[in-house]
This record gives sequence, structure tokens and C-alpha cells, in this order.
Amino acid sequence: MTHGFALRVGPVAMRIFSDWAGPIADLRRLYADYPQPDDGVASLTAHIGAARPWRRWLRPAVSIGGDFTIPDALPLPLSQGLLAAEMAMNLQVAMGWRQQMLLHASAVERDGRVLLMVGASGSGKSTLAALLGEGDWRLLGDEFALLDLENGNILPFPRLISLKNQAINVLQDRADPSRFGPRITGTPKGDICHMRPRADAISRMDEGGAPALLLFPAFGSDNALRPVPPSEAFFRLTESSTNYVGLGEAAFTALNRLVRALPAVAIGYQSGEQAIEIVEALWNENLGNENLGSAAR
Amino acid sequence: MSAMRHLVAALRNPASTATLRGDQWSALISVARGEMLLATLGHRLAGAALPSRVAALFAAECAYARQMQRHALWEVEMARRALTQIGVPVILLKGSAYAAAGLSAAAGRHIGDLDILVPRDRLTDVEAALIDAGWDWVKNDPYDQAYYRQWMHELPPLIHGARDRMIDVHHNLLPLTARHHIDAAALIDRAQPVADGVLTLDPIDRLIHCAAHMLADGDLAGGLRNLWDFHCLTGDAAALDGAWQAQLLARAQGFGLTHSVRRALRLSAALYGDGAVLRLTDRLFIRRLLARDAMGRPSHPLTQLGFYTRSHGLRMPPAMLARHLWRKWRMARTKI
Repeated sequence: MTHGFALRVGPVAMRIFSDWAGPIADLRRLYADYPQPDDGVASLTAHIGAARPWRRWLRPAVSIGGDFTIPDALPLPLSQGLLAAEMAMNLQVAMGWRQQMLLHASAVERDGRVLLMVGASGSGKSTLAALLGEGDWRLLGDEFALLDLENGNILPFPRLISLKNQAINVLQDRADPSRFGPRITGTPKGDICHMRPRADAISRMDEGGAPALLLFPAFGSDNALRPVPPSEAFFRLTESSTNYVGLGEAAFTALNRLVRALPAVAIGYQSGEQAIEIVEALWNENLGNENLGSAAR
Repeated sequence: MSAMRHLVAALRNPASTATLRGDQWSALISVARGEMLLATLGHRLAGAALPSRVAALFAAECAYARQMQRHALWEVEMARRALTQIGVPVILLKGSAYAAAGLSAAAGRHIGDLDILVPRDRLTDVEAALIDAGWDWVKNDPYDQAYYRQWMHELPPLIHGARDRMIDVHHNLLPLTARHHIDAAALIDRAQPVADGVLTLDPIDRLIHCAAHMLADGDLAGGLRNLWDFHCLTGDAAALDGAWQAQLLARAQGFGLTHSVRRALRLSAALYGDGAVLRLTDRLFIRRLLARDAMGRPSHPLTQLGFYTRSHGLRMPPAMLARHLWRKWRMARTKI
């Protein structure tokens, strides 16, 4: 593997190596403003490599791997190389990050308070975070939120945002073209396009915030609001975490504290505009003019 | 020096990490993780001056490993409860034995499946008791089931339905088809209690098992970790009895494992200890043990293939191997 790149995103410093120049060039361009690992030390390593030696040139097939691999995962065509690189990096974080509790969630911040959005793939949490992050919110991450077990804060992990299908056009109307990667067609999830977060998300990547509101969005559902009790929120958050079990009692305690302090609401919505209205209304309702921290605790 | 050499050097002498550059740390972390030695390294480097990101990583890895050991010891307790009803004590092997006995090899050690040893004449009862307590077969294929039962040193692996954890029930340390035969009853006779209804092998037999598992069975995948276990076990044995090496070699001779045990002693002294006079073939083993590049990927494919082939030769005689591979090839074809 002759092509490599290292970067730091929040507390996570990674290396990625590739058999091909193309995906690394895309990463270099899209992650141009990101810092290098402190002292040059990366704690996770990802690879994208030829599934078989000849598949580097002949009908190139990209396998995803690194410190952690998924046996029998199907390789991707080279035209999806950037997607493969992002998937390889996600895999390393999901399997290997143990310094905070990983939540499969998107997160945005305003006035030092964090809105967490938890949902399965297709729930729209990523699009919603991207839209809010173009408005008067700061994007913390669209894929993983890192829960600090000591102080209960959410730490940013602002990787490239993975936009899918209609969401691509919606965001391309609002953000500078230089922030987008190539449109990748024909993936199992349809079209995918990666977008670099806004400059404030990158420059403030070491600045976390206290969680203030927890949403469970569901795109395409009736726009009903349902308060989610702490018990259900707890279960859904453990299900969305890859390292909850291994972090033991510290994770249990931190998560317990989180769900007891945080208002949690499941929301259905039909469009981005509608979702933003709901989010703003819930945010204002729950935070009001006062500091939510005192209201909730 | 290669990343794998840095890893071995760091385990042997933590002070050797003082001069590492950032990229060398990145490579060392990746290969240590690949060899399942990251938390072990974290324990070994406790107290050394480390870059702050490295120290944070090791702290998290050590805490994680500690939690996973709690899970592993809970599995021990579950097995004990299941087997105590039929009067079979649980003799722990490998990682869970080291953790239950509080041995130095347990520090940061990853523990996967629960490995236990039971008397062969109680195997049927043990199997029934475990299934009764919620374990179930992983491999339901009739050929695999028959193969394990006829030829292997363990039952086909069982997995617990609710806790999703595997248990390997051994009645011997090496396959019945292997070149050497170990008298399992002799091991069971000398097993030492570590808790009520829970035992481990005697310190010398732990070394025998570790060497046999590493060198007389398998293809040396994960060998660097197994060799670290062996190195730690030699230290524990030496602390108990100054004559440990003579006892070990006498015991090895009784089991026909002199060759493997002597090689394990040379390899562990060469890589983790004060050095050893190596034979030409030892260098091949070291090449295999260190077969990982600075990006953390397995390297030296021909050496690896050689050891993979050797592992099959160790496990069964040639004619039987041919039948087995033919059968497996046909099974793989029909699945596709």
C-alpha cells in the first residue's frame, strides 16, 4: 500500500492506507483543513486494498479493513473508493474506540448545549444534522457522538457528512461546491455524496458541550411527537453503542445520568423544513429562556 | 527496526519506547492490536513516560480489557454452576485460567472463548448439562459434528443462547489424531483449585499446554501473544520453584513434547528474555511470529502458508488429511 494519509478528528487520530491514489487524493482535498495527529501518533489504522492482488488493476475491487476487518464483506468497485475509505475509517472507530462511549447518533450544538439525534440508517438524522449545521447550529458529527464518561459532555467527531439521494441536492443548494466529494452512484443505499462540515465545525472540533435534548427522528412518519421515557431512551442508546458493554459500569452510570437529565422526544417528519421547525420548537420549549441544565436536573 | 521488533522490544524492555517517533508509535499500536497485545502492552508500559495520546489510549484499553475479563470470569461462574450439579469440577485452560489464578499473563490479556478441561468419560454428561443450562451448538453440520467427536480433543464449540459466549469443552490438549498423545488424566490429577469447584492446571502443566497449543497445534496465528503467555508463565513457575526447568523438561518428555517445549523456551528467551542460541528452524518460527508490516497487515505470505500447511500435517496423518480436505472442498462447493 503506497498511498497513505493521517488526520485527527476530535480526540480520534487515524491513519488510512490505500492501494490506489484516487481515494487518498479525495480524502486529502476534503479533509484539507483538519489537523494532523498530535505528536504524529495515530491510534487507529484503516486500509482499503485490492481484494486479490490482480484486482488492483483488473476490474479493481476495494476491500475494507485495517486494525479491524469484517470477514466476508463484499468488496466495492474502485469508483466507490472514497466511500470505501470512509467505511473503513468508520469500522475502526466503531470497533476500536474505547476512550469515550460511542453513540451511533448525530449531534449539533448551540450556546454550548447539545442536541443529540439517534436513529437507524434512513431515519434522516444525518441530513437533519447537516441542515442544522448550515444554519445557526454547529455540527458536532453526523455518524458518531462521543459521550465523555467523566463529565457527561458530548465531544465532537465532525467527519465528512455522508449525504444520500435527495439530501445531496438539498445540501448542494446551500453549501459551497468545494465542500463536496464526487457523487457516488449505484451503492446499496443509492447515491452517496460526502460533504465537508462548515469551517466552525472543524476549527472547534475540540470543544464539546453538555447534552440538552435527545431526539429520535423518523423520516416519512406522521409528524407526531411522542415523549420517550428514560427507560426506553436508555435501551435505544445502548443499542446504538458498539462499546457500551466493554466500558462497563462507567458507561452504565454515565448513560443513566444522561437519560434522567435529558428530555427525549420521538419525532416524525416529511421534509427537512418541517423537521427544522419541529426541532426549533422543541428546543425553545425545553430550554425556554432559561438554562435547560437547571430545568432538567 | 520493524514495528513488530518494536513491539517485542517494548514488551521485553519498556524503556525501549523512549526514543519512538510518532509514526513508529502508530505502527506499534496497530501491530500490537493485531496481535491482541495492546492492553498487555499498556500494562507493561505503566509508569513509562508516554506521549499523552498514547497514555490515554492505553488507559482506555486496559480498562476495557479489565471489564472483558470480568465477563470472562462470569462465564467461568456460569459453567461452574452448570457442572457442579453433575459433580464435575471446571478445570480452566488458557486466558480464563490465568485470570482466575491471578497470574502475570492475565494483565491486559484478551480472553475470547471459555476453555475448560473435563474427564473424557464425563463428556456426555457435561454436554447434556451445558445444553440444559442454555448452551447450543455453533456447528450443526453432521460431518463437523462427527469429525469433532471422533478425532478432536474437544467437543464442537457451544455458544450460550442468551449471553452469546462460546465454550470449548476439552478432554485433551491435542487432537487425538496428532503425532503426540497427552495423558489427560495425569493433567487432571495435578490440577489445582483456585476457587470452589474451579481449578487450573498445575504451573508446570500450564507451560506444557501453552507450548503444545502454540507449537504442536495450529499455524502460529496469534503466536506472539501465546509466546508472551509462555514467557509470563515461566516467570510464575520460577518464582514458585527454582527447579522448574528440570521439572518442565521431565514432564515434557513424559508427554513426548520435549521438542515443542524446548523450542518454546528458546523462542521466549530470544524474543522476551535474555536471549538464546537459536537453531536455523527457530529463525523460521520467528519470521512467522513477526509476520506483520508497519500498516498492521499480515506479511510474508509464503512463510504463513508454510506454517498453515504444517499445522494440518501436525493435526492428522496424510491420507486422513487428504480425505478431510476433499470433503471440506466439496462442502464449500455445494454451499455456493
